[in-house]
Amino acid sequence: MSEHNTGITLSRSRKTRPNWLAALVLVTSQAFTTGLAEAADEYRTVSVADPYLEMRTGPGRGYPKFHVVDRGETVDILMRKTDWFKVRAPNGKEGWVDRSQMELTLQPGGEYIEFAQADLEDFTNARWEVGGLAGDFGGANIISLYGGYSLNPNVSIEVWGSQILGNFSNGWMGSVNLTHETWPEWRISPFFTMGTGVIHTSPKSTIIQGEDRTDQIAHVGAGIRFYVTRRFSLRAEYKSYVVFTSRDENEEVEEWKAGFAFFF
Amino acid sequence: MESRFRILFLVLAMLALAGCGTNGFLGIGGKKSAPPPSGPPDPEQVIDPDVERREVKEPAIDAEDFEIGGFAGVMSIEDFGSDLVYGLRLAYHITEGFFVEGTVGQTEAGLTSFEVLSGGAPLLSDDDRQYTYYNVNVGYNILPGEGFIGESRAYNTGLYLIAGLGSTRFADDDRFTVNYGAGYRFLLNDTVALHLDFRDHLFDIDLLGEEKTVHNLEAHLGVTVFF
Repeated sequence: MSEHNTGITLSRSRKTRPNWLAALVLVTSQAFTTGLAEAADEYRTVSVADPYLEMRTGPGRGYPKFHVVDRGETVDILMRKTDWFKVRAPNGKEGWVDRSQMELTLQPGGEYIEFAQADLEDFTNARWEVGGLAGDFGGANIISLYGGYSLNPNVSIEVWGSQILGNFSNGWMGSVNLTHETWPEWRISPFFTMGTGVIHTSPKSTIIQGEDRTDQIAHVGAGIRFYVTRRFSLRAEYKSYVVFTSRDENEEVEEWKAGFAFFF
Repeated sequence: MESRFRILFLVLAMLALAGCGTNGFLGIGGKKSAPPPSGPPDPEQVIDPDVERREVKEPAIDAEDFEIGGFAGVMSIEDFGSDLVYGLRLAYHITEGFFVEGTVGQTEAGLTSFEVLSGGAPLLSDDDRQYTYYNVNVGYNILPGEGFIGESRAYNTGLYLIAGLGSTRFADDDRFTVNYGAGYRFLLNDTVALHLDFRDHLFDIDLLGEEKTVHNLEAHLGVTVFF
């Protein structure tokens, strides 16, 4: 019981703690969203359908439970952090509830509430994707960022920007490519890619006397996308580049890299 | 080696195209149209039910998974002394445990001991002494918890580890940089957090004759806002 009381004291102190910044944010956000809030308020209040709803002091598994809301009572949903929801109980106490418990609450109309949760289906059908990868580009290190747009679940168009950091030269590369996923609905989804772009290299002056060069490139490659959780996925790929140099022979470069991506 | 890759690609491409037959290449075709309605309409249904369906809306809940802010502190560049460092940080919290983070920062290299003692010509020009970096990191909240101030105030806190890759521009060159570190996050409220971070930035440099891996240690304080 004493533990319970401590929790309540803490919770009250959080609420009444003077904080001008929070007040400012609140006032500003209220000024901007008054119209919006009227429509949304109805859905922000839910009633507990499970025997009870446990409130924790923080958004995480390990934070202590300090309050319980009984079946039939209502709570207001204030905000969300990852899979945790901050709610306000009828007696004014505020705490964090995880998503699995929140999904056992009812909207005013009596339906179970559903929260937007990116899943494997979104991984297949999402339109936009951004990501970052790093790896090896013909012996040099490469760091890449990309953005992609899906024309349909199978085909997407991607724009890449890379920085190349080598022992003998540095440079950057920009390219546009098409990727094709044969089984986009799979959790581990293989893809093929081909594209074209430009590469700019500047030799390190201390080692080689050379000129900066900008050449056209073309590449083909293959890789896998691996759906992890929420909007997050991992990606690994191999690409084979041809650099169309102004010399007699074209250069061929192999690239391996891995990284992560978000879709939305 | 090269021809082996070509063969590998051809085989994989063939497999992929075979898969496309069932899947619809480029997402076109392969979709079966719905069967046409068959038989006469149900004679028992005389009244057309005119029930307005309640539209279940996605609840408008403020999700605060992004974190943006700035930091300032001290950074020691190996052989070149310590100076003020400042920069920006953007993070996205994937789960309660994992987050990804991008940082950019800038500091300035001082004089090496050799330059000070010899009193000769400086090793680097002023422009080359500018040290700027960017990193993309993955982080994990290893010890989430609460901090107490007095007996009536509790704040959520967390100790996290980060590691990642990036690039550093220093001494007229871009250098591939690995960095790792630990930080302490102290949430003033649900939106504003204070950070204390320690990081080690490693890269290879041959500025002083032989190539070596240098450790550049950074300690900074930061403020971030969740949105």
